[in-house]
Amino acid sequence: MPLAATAAVALMVLPLAGLLVRVPWSTLATELATSEAQEALRLSVVCSLGALAVAVVLGVPLAWVLARVAFPGRSLLRALVTLPMVLPPVVGGVGLLAIFGRRGLLGARLGSLPGFPLPFTIQGVVLAQAFVAMPFLVVATEAGLRQLDRRYEDAAATLGARPWHRFRTVTLPLIGPSLVAGAALSWARALGEFGATITFAGSLPGRTRTLPTAIYAGLQSRPEAAVALSVVLLAVSLTVLVVLRGRWLGAGGP
Amino acid sequence: MTLTADVGLRLGSLELDVAMRTPPDEVVAVVGPNGSGKSTLLRALAGLVRLDRGRVVLNDVVLDDVAAGAHVEPEQRPVSVMFQDTLLFPHLSALDNVAYGIRARGTGRTDARRRADTWLERVGLDGTHRDSRPAALSGGQAQRVALARALATEPALLLLDEPLSAVDVSAKAPLRRVLREQLAGSPAVRVLVTHDPVDAMALADRLVVIEQGRVSQEGPIAEVTTRPRSAWVAQLAGLNLFRGRAEGRHLVLGDGSQLTVATAVRGPAFALVHPRAVTVHRSRPEGSARNAWPGEATGLHLEGDRVRVQVHGTPCIVAELTPAGAADLRLAEGGPVWVSVKATEIDVYPD
Repeated sequence: MPLAATAAVALMVLPLAGLLVRVPWSTLATELATSEAQEALRLSVVCSLGALAVAVVLGVPLAWVLARVAFPGRSLLRALVTLPMVLPPVVGGVGLLAIFGRRGLLGARLGSLPGFPLPFTIQGVVLAQAFVAMPFLVVATEAGLRQLDRRYEDAAATLGARPWHRFRTVTLPLIGPSLVAGAALSWARALGEFGATITFAGSLPGRTRTLPTAIYAGLQSRPEAAVALSVVLLAVSLTVLVVLRGRWLGAGGP
Repeated sequence: MTLTADVGLRLGSLELDVAMRTPPDEVVAVVGPNGSGKSTLLRALAGLVRLDRGRVVLNDVVLDDVAAGAHVEPEQRPVSVMFQDTLLFPHLSALDNVAYGIRARGTGRTDARRRADTWLERVGLDGTHRDSRPAALSGGQAQRVALARALATEPALLLLDEPLSAVDVSAKAPLRRVLREQLAGSPAVRVLVTHDPVDAMALADRLVVIEQGRVSQEGPIAEVTTRPRSAWVAQLAGLNLFRGRAEGRHLVLGDGSQLTVATAVRGPAFALVHPRAVTVHRSRPEGSARNAWPGEATGLHLEGDRVRVQVHGTPCIVAELTPAGAADLRLAEGGPVWVSVKATEIDVYPD
């Protein structure tokens, strides 16, 4: 057993160590300052925050419905919502193309509207990232809502607070930790999104080339640039993990 | 100010069917064993639980009328609840908890906080705890904040769910005093729920006894306690309650009479005497009992294997005897008797 456990740790740690060994520390700053790297960084930040916004605006109401409204097929819907967490992202990308692609079921009809067509645009990147990232937010928020003692909302109601007012002043603050944990995971997932993004939105420099797709593209031409960008993503992941440690593990149940 | 409620609902295994009417100027205690439906009744009055049948009318305003399809949402009712485990919002300070209801009804932040501050002062919360979160408050302090929060919206109906059950013994007496003061000073219809007979007697004028979802007895405290109609009420009624002012080992009652007690207390107090501790005599007793006075046996009731005797005197008291003892005394309704109570048999509580 200890041997297998050691092997498991090695399997997880060695690639990270390898990455750190290859980092061109002396030229890291210059590598990250190139216009390609800067563009990818900027695009990644913008798109991942956009995806997070979409996830919050749509995901919180969905979590509320799943936690509070009893309807036939609720368990099925709950399972469906978590599907993107286990689905290969590239499959998600193919699905997005099938619906929102130029010749997709909806895409073909919406093509003339402003902001459309979606493929190979920054909106497309946001959509692909939101598709993959939203389940994390929904799952964490729903767990928070289910753990909340609803009598606090009753108390607010007897004090004269209307539904929206009590949601804003009592429910949201009380599920705050779960919501923050879900948002952080969701954002980190969006930031690292690769498969669905490259399938649906491609990797056009300056338009849809986010950090992960820039890393993939860079590996063939300039590996040291790819390693430098990888270090950035690794640092972000570690930060999110440190911030959420305990909190996520405590509140992330189904 | 009156509340007329006819509440019929089914919740899990509980079937609640309660009709009650609160006369103006009386504090009503809904009492009964755990699980009898008291809290559910309170939630129904607050609008948090829908009725299956019935009507709730507060000061001529219909809050619920199932037949007519009327239901006023909790946030629209002029009703406040002091919840059993306070349910203070954990993310807000004591002050903001109290200000919450005032703000929800449209008052600005500064004004609401100023009014909340006055309420906290009224319930006697130490100023240093104004900005504390509920988690940092003691049980008694949290209950005070909960009371202030319920009062601050100036409700027409004030509901209190076990307001004294969550605090430890040492905090009870001062909290009970605050509750009495505030209940007396509130113009609202006041209904409290408790499973503790002492709390009910200390705070209310009128009892509504609920057992298994139904009213088993209702009336002024003295009436219910002298004529219990069920085992639970009999147990509750097992208590004689006296209110007065304690001066050392003497409790001076409202009718001018005095009781000698074994524990020294100062100021307003109430005393409880179990009817079994009251001895009835044909003539003036000569024993060591410190408290003895004459009266008239006005009521004789057989309760299971006990006879309850109501003695009209100064003060009035209920005694409980064995049927053999009652026969030996040849007690008759209206006959003259003497009663005595040992000082050590009187439990005194600061009020």
